Amino acid sequence: MNEIPLTHILFVSTALFFIGMYGLFTRRNIITMLMSIELMLNSVNINFVAFNKYLFPDKLDGVFFSLFIITIAAAEAAVAIAIIINLYRSHNSIDVDDATEMKY
Amino acid sequence: MNISSIIFYAISALILGAGILAVTSVKIFRSAIWLLFSLIGIAALYFWMQVEFIAAIQIVVYVGGIVILIIFSIFLTQQSGKDLPKPAISKMVFSALAALFGIAFTFNLINHYGFDNTSSAPFNASVNEIGMQMLSTSSHGFILPFEVVSMLLLASMIGCIVIAMKSSTSDTIPLNNKKD
Repeated sequence: MNEIPLTHILFVSTALFFIGMYGLFTRRNIITMLMSIELMLNSVNINFVAFNKYLFPDKLDGVFFSLFIITIAAAEAAVAIAIIINLYRSHNSIDVDDATEMKY
Repeated sequence: MNISSIIFYAISALILGAGILAVTSVKIFRSAIWLLFSLIGIAALYFWMQVEFIAAIQIVVYVGGIVILIIFSIFLTQQSGKDLPKPAISKMVFSALAALFGIAFTFNLINHYGFDNTSSAPFNASVNEIGMQMLSTSSHGFILPFEVVSMLLLASMIGCIVIAMKSSTSDTIPLNNKKD
């Protein structure tokens, strides 16, 4: 347990965050962009829990932050999927390049 | 190199490999399944860090809730067997360069910052401790965010129903008929 330093866990969460960022940049489909955002939120949660466990083991603040982030991410995903379904109903497509009415 | 470190590196490889496949797979349904594996790996990482409550919440909310919601919306909105359009090569190259630059920069920062831990108290994240502190009204309690987030969940639930409701008077229906 103690052989793994904190920096290795931070390496994993950093790599996961930038994988999510790559997906957000390259994908044009709203559902896959939402999946990339979920990956980024999860990497933040790993950071909170790891910092709490390694640097401040007498407190529980990081655990609570990840709990609230998970809750808000669930609410965000539900609202996003409602918007996606509504967009599909009006445009017959969920590609971000097809929804450009408010762009200019 | 004992068994605990080997388990950590195996879990990390699972998370990162499934994450890369989730953002690069050309079939959207496979992409969702790889996301599922990545989230399971993150739950395993929480178990490895001995925060079992967060791991259980991760499985219940993400694996059991959000991924199922995403899969349902894939089924509702498009043909899941069809390939996604490939992004342009220049966009892929520049996004990969940006991501690699960010990874290198952050790795460098993490490597050179010495994290010194301030206390050596044992880490106790049992459900008992979390529950007591979550609902305590003292200065380190989290009762106010707990109540606020319950209001947020109610608001988002009502908002989802209102947004996704099919109304016969709105102008979305004529647009839809025009395309058919």
